[in-house]
Order: sequence, then structure tokens, then C-alpha cells
Amino acid sequence: MLDIKNLSKTFNPGTATENKVLDNVSLHINPGDFVTVIGGNGAGKSTILNMIAGVFPPDSGTIVLDGQDITNLKEHKRAHLIGRVFQDPLMGTCANMEIVENLALANRRGQKRTLKWGVTKEETEVFREKLKELDLGLETRLSDKAGLLSGGQRQALTLLMASLQKPKILLLDEHTAALDPKTAARVLALTVSIISDNNLTALMITHNMKDALKYGNRLIMMNDGKIVLDIDNEQKQKLTVNDLLQLFEQATGEELSNDRVLLSK
Amino acid sequence: MALGIYITYRLLEISDLTVDGSFATGGCVCALLMVQGQSIAVCLLMALISGAIAGFVTGLLTTKFTIPPILAGILTQLGLYSINLRILGRAAQPVLKLPNIFTWAQSLVDMKLNTAIMWVGLALVLIIIVIMYWFFGTELGSALRATGSNEKMIRSLGVDTDGIKILGLMLANGLVGLSGALVCQTQGSGSISMGTGAIVIGLASIIIGEVVFSKVINFGLKLAGIVVGSCIYRIIIAFVLQMGLSTDDLKLFTALFVAICLYLPNIKGFIAGKSTKGGNAC
Repeated sequence: MLDIKNLSKTFNPGTATENKVLDNVSLHINPGDFVTVIGGNGAGKSTILNMIAGVFPPDSGTIVLDGQDITNLKEHKRAHLIGRVFQDPLMGTCANMEIVENLALANRRGQKRTLKWGVTKEETEVFREKLKELDLGLETRLSDKAGLLSGGQRQALTLLMASLQKPKILLLDEHTAALDPKTAARVLALTVSIISDNNLTALMITHNMKDALKYGNRLIMMNDGKIVLDIDNEQKQKLTVNDLLQLFEQATGEELSNDRVLLSK
Repeated sequence: MALGIYITYRLLEISDLTVDGSFATGGCVCALLMVQGQSIAVCLLMALISGAIAGFVTGLLTTKFTIPPILAGILTQLGLYSINLRILGRAAQPVLKLPNIFTWAQSLVDMKLNTAIMWVGLALVLIIIVIMYWFFGTELGSALRATGSNEKMIRSLGVDTDGIKILGLMLANGLVGLSGALVCQTQGSGSISMGTGAIVIGLASIIIGEVVFSKVINFGLKLAGIVVGSCIYRIIIAFVLQMGLSTDDLKLFTALFVAICLYLPNIKGFIAGKSTKGGNAC
């Protein structure tokens, strides 16, 4: 499904702020995999996601998604393959456009925009049904501006938008990090049900080790631009957060020094 | 013209300074073609197209050359000055005696020139509002609005935002070019300096329209509000000229006036903030 080979990226090369964020990373993900990604700040988690999405090109290496080499494909040209939810709830929707308009935009992901009506009657009904399934009362607020929604509602909407056109891979970049714990749990539960209902392949970055162990069928841990741990489903079931920290120390020879990750265990 | 500027300033959130140039280009192209004896429709259409080309250049500069939009607009505007001079061959071209869209309307219905200007202007504005209302409801128009609202998001949904920006700038400057042509026909001459301050006047119209119609949500009515705004602006200008303001000082007055208008929403927010003080609303 997704095949990443020898991916490297250095930001600001040749300057004082030179920063090697990805160091020869290879990763293969099978169809239907739900992979959780953890690691400290600057470990390269977001960079990998951004590179799969095409926000910036790699220095070297290749990315093959669904049999197609997308390494140097422009972001908007590979969008039909990829669904994304960002960390910032404001990022995923257009605040000054209606909920239904946002959904309609997402429903045309990767398609050519024509002079046909931007929102059709039939799809409005489909959206209404899908919003009902979210159980957030949004189905009665179709023509409200997305900016009126709370952070959790927005992330739920963005999740729905990302899954309207079934993506080959769903990229989730700490999409519950900006929410309060209760809302975060709700959005996460929704994420899991959307992934399993649509049988999606997903890559989810999280700073919460418990979540990383609880959800998905594979866990990878990154440090200093490398994948230091790759744990399959069977092994993952047996692990506790403390085991994970120990494994990290063994793998890297250093303690995981990220308050955010530690505090959230 | 204000409607064109609305596309870039409000929907794309770009302050497009091409407008001063493309307005004059529209006027100059129109004047030239009128002198050559082309039909009215051709004159107006070519003015629209020439404006759109100017917008295309700015769009190319800002997206492909990654020049900041304001600077890109200034560059195009500067270049257009020479181009306009080339088009006309001199600083101004009178077209007073030649047939134009208003005399054409007079030939259809017997009326005075000023009445004709009013009705033709009203009809054209109505047509443009209807077309804009339709366009911004389409897939492409929605993508354009989304580009101004959340560029990163719409790119992740597979829209080529560079292309959309270029398209938006072309549409906007096309409309501006067309209005340059109409002004050329009303005033009876096209000149290279007719565009000076066009962007400021357009912005003034938008802001006045939005302040007056601040409660309006419907897109079509918002557009109509801008047209009303530009009328109010004209009335204010006519009023201060009547009051004895010298035409030499007019540009200074306009600049100050627009600065105040742009500040106005802040004052409103300030007053609103004060009145809710003590409450929980924030």
C-alpha cells in the first residue's frame, strides 16, 4: 500500500540552523493497517506525514502509494489519494463557509472543479445522513458557518470530510492534541469507527502513549529522524506504557526526554 | 470596479494594486478601438480581456515567482503605465463625438444622456451581480472562496491554489478593465492617468457598502451593497466638492476618508466591547 524507501530531509542545509529531520527512513504499510506513531518533539513524525501529503519534497528517497510513485507529485495532484486531519482544528475547515459547503468541497477532493453547482441537492441529503451518524446534532446546522463550531465538532467534521471520498491513506497529525480530554476521547472513538467502517489504511501521530498502545494494529516510535521501534499487533497487545519507555531506552541509549509524552502516560 | 476589487480583497484576501493600472488599460484600449471605429461590443470586450491579461501577469508574478502580492501588483501597475502610453500613443485620447454604449441605448429608447448612463450602468451592474452570484455558487467559485479562506486546507483537497489565484486576479482585473472602458465612455476620453487611486476608491466602496449593510448575509445582496457603497462614495465626493473643496485636494481627502473607513469597523468593535463590559460576553 504505502512504501517509503530511504527518505531523508534536512531543513536549512548549510546554515547554523541546519536540522536533519529525517535520516534514511524506510517504512512499509499494508492495506488496512492502522499505525500509531509516537516520538519526541523534532523526531520527524510530522515531517513524514507532510512528505506523504506532498507539502514539501524529500531530499532523497521515494514514496510509493498504491503502486504509484508520488515522490515528486505536487500536493494537489496527489490529494485524491490522501485524507488528512490536522492538529489545529482551524486548519481543516473553511471558517467562513457553511458546513454543507465544506463537505461539498471535500466531496470533490481530487476532482476537477467545474462550473456545475458547488453543492447539489442529492449530496446535501447524503451529508445530512452522515452528520447524523456523528451524533453531534450537526445535521440540523448544515447552513451554519463552520467557524461557529467548537474545536471538537470541527475535528469531527474534518474527519468526515477526509473520509467522504475514501482515501488510500488517512493521515492524522495529533488531531486530538488541541482538544480537552473528554472531547479528545470522543473524537478518537469517532476516528476508530470511521477507520473501521470504511476499512481505511491510517497513520496516526499521537503524543499519548496510552492511546498509541490502545488503538491501531501497529506502533512505530521515532527519534532523531529515525524509526527506533516498530511493534506489531501481537507484541503491542502485551505492552504497557512503562514497557514502551524501557524499550525506547534500550533502542536509543537515552531516556525519552519529552515532558509532553511523559506527562500523558 | 468595486465588484472586481471585492473578488481579490475580500474573497482571495489579496490587496491587488494591479487595479490602478488595469483600470487605465481598460480605458485606453477602449479609447483606441473607438477611434479605430470598432463596434461598441468589441471595445468593451477587449477592455475586459486586456484587464484580465494584466491580472494574469500579477497572478503569475505572485504564484510562480513567489513575489508578495502587493509588490507583484505594484510591478504590474508600473509596467502597465508604459504599456498604456504605447497603446494610446499619447497621454490622453478624446472620444467625445464617437458612438458609445450610452448613445447606443439612446438610439433604442429616446432619453437624455444622463438617464441613459444611469440605466445602462444599472443594467450592467445587475448582469454582473447575477453572473458573480452564479459563479461563486459553482464548484470552481467555491474553490476560489475556499482558497481565500483556508489555502492549506483546500490544497489538501486537491485544488491547484496557484491556478485559482491567477483565475481570481484575471476575473477581478477583467471587471476593472471593463469599468475603465465605461468610465472612458462616460467622460469622453481615455487617459493614462485615469486609474490613479482606483484601488482606493474601490476599497472605499466596499467598506462603505459593508458598514451600511453589515447585517446582510446573502451573497447577492452583499454585492449589491458594494454597488450602493460606491454610489454613497460618489455622493460624498460630490458633496464635499460642492462645499468648496478644491479638486486638487480631492486625492488627499479620499485617502483620509478611506483610512477612516478602514478604521471604522474597529471603532464599532470598540463601542460594542464597551457596552458588553461587565457581562460574560467576550
